[in-house]
Amino acid sequence: MEANEIAKLAQLARINIEADMVDEVAESIGSILNLVDQLQAVDTRGVEPMSHPMDAVQRLRADVVSEKNQRDELQAIAPATDKGLFLVPKVID
Amino acid sequence: MSPNNIKQRSLHQLSITELNAGLRNKDFSSVELTQHFIERIERLDTRFNSFISTCSEQALAAANYADQQLANGNAGILCGIPIAHKDLFCTNGIRTSCGSKMLDNFVPPYDATIVENCSNAGAVVLGKTNMDEFAMGSSNENSFYGPSVNPWGENCVPGGSSGGSAAAVAAQLVPAATASDTGGSIRQPASFCGVTGLKPTYGRVSRWGMVAYASSLDQAGPITKNAEDAATMLNVLASFDKKDSTSIDEPKPDYTATLDQPLNGLRIGIPKEYFSDGIDPEVAKLTQEAISFYETLGASIKEVSLPHTQLAVPAYYVIAPAECSANLSRFDGVRYGYRCENPTDLEDLYKRSRAEGFGEEVKRRILVGAYALSAGYYDAYYRKAQQVRRLIKQDFDTVFKDVDLIASPTAPTPAFGLGEKTKDPVSMYLEDIYTLPVNLAGLPAISIPCGLTQQNKPVGLQLIGNYFSEALLLNSAHKFQQATDFHQQTAPNID
Repeated sequence: MEANEIAKLAQLARINIEADMVDEVAESIGSILNLVDQLQAVDTRGVEPMSHPMDAVQRLRADVVSEKNQRDELQAIAPATDKGLFLVPKVID
Repeated sequence: MSPNNIKQRSLHQLSITELNAGLRNKDFSSVELTQHFIERIERLDTRFNSFISTCSEQALAAANYADQQLANGNAGILCGIPIAHKDLFCTNGIRTSCGSKMLDNFVPPYDATIVENCSNAGAVVLGKTNMDEFAMGSSNENSFYGPSVNPWGENCVPGGSSGGSAAAVAAQLVPAATASDTGGSIRQPASFCGVTGLKPTYGRVSRWGMVAYASSLDQAGPITKNAEDAATMLNVLASFDKKDSTSIDEPKPDYTATLDQPLNGLRIGIPKEYFSDGIDPEVAKLTQEAISFYETLGASIKEVSLPHTQLAVPAYYVIAPAECSANLSRFDGVRYGYRCENPTDLEDLYKRSRAEGFGEEVKRRILVGAYALSAGYYDAYYRKAQQVRRLIKQDFDTVFKDVDLIASPTAPTPAFGLGEKTKDPVSMYLEDIYTLPVNLAGLPAISIPCGLTQQNKPVGLQLIGNYFSEALLLNSAHKFQQATDFHQQTAPNID
């Protein structure tokens, strides 16, 4: 795994990776990708991918409100809020 | 167990069944019981680090309430019984850290469904147990709060990710604890710590309020002193829950009702692939002896084959990281959890909060998952792994046409040393070779103690059942424990 690929992954995952850590991260990710590359040798033609053990699908429910308003409780644990909104650094000038 | 016999033993040595009898017989009160365990945790847990948080005040209030319920004669199944929750189940008003700096300050405003189920049954919560960060690890060494330590050897890991739950039960700091199992995280620590751990069928126990790691694999279950207590705990934990979209609406039997059924005619399969390369010779010997013992209980044993076993580790290390990279995207420093100091802009806020809030293994898995799901790689990794997942499930389906249960070691080795495998993630991943296939297939399985090595380390026997066969698994484990005393052997120096 090359340094530019690590930079791309770091961007996709929104995780800062310091320059002096890139080699170490590349090595450990590379060793995991080597491990999972064993899958490539398996003949899976005609095998349906399995996302649920019993092939269940998501249950649907009526589109009605099922939760009470807990905004105050949920915002009480937020890093920064103002008048019911979550505060983040300025996005648009 | 006669009441007299209960009185001769210390409270921490008693099972849930015995404690229930003692409480109802007024041998002791829930407040006395709770104080006893609080004192033990304060005195002994500096050695084991099995709790991240304790909540003694709330526990004593709950115990007091339980004593009133017991006196009124309307006590639930766990009324007055102290338990602990793994620190990834949300507990209203009690910090739920998930073993992470990211959630070090997170106090949920609600209870997970299983936490609510336990409270409704009258359980008294003593605290929250240590774990690998976000349940990612096999040794508990990935905890932000430092590793929990195995009571059987203080230089040894307790296993992971539910290492704190297993260590707390093994050190008799609590009679039972909840845990979760995504790739072996209930069974492997149960094996390493010489206790009983049950991973139910996927969908049997609600995931609502359990911090998500890999949603198609995660399943909650109990860690206890024995199979009988695991049955009592499962009676409480299992429920159909509309709030978990993958909860399955399947009738729930009374898991304690069938514990004593004879095992005559039970057919047990031994997968030949599970006794091949990499298994510790003592683990192989002790588990083979335990399996042979089932013949004396009336079972028949035959060799079976699960040919895709070797592919479970690589398939898991695509599927679990992919799902984790999606699930953990919610930790962005905006709504709750850790936020970095002085972010320069929104991107910087996301990237530094996540870089500083997550530990190395969690970041590693998020990055692998992001890679596997990225444009151009999806078919080669995620889709391929899901196809292999079906092959692994089909192996089990074929074998369950001929046998009722599959028996194997839980882990290829006994507990290893602290720091022994932290440098090489792949060697750590291979620890889970016998437990991962069960999660990929969504099957239930139990780990029960089956002996000690020459170095006095516990070894676990894993029994795997077909979908929703928890009653048979618990029955088979209970009959074994009725005829043996491996589960009664306790770690040294815990008085």
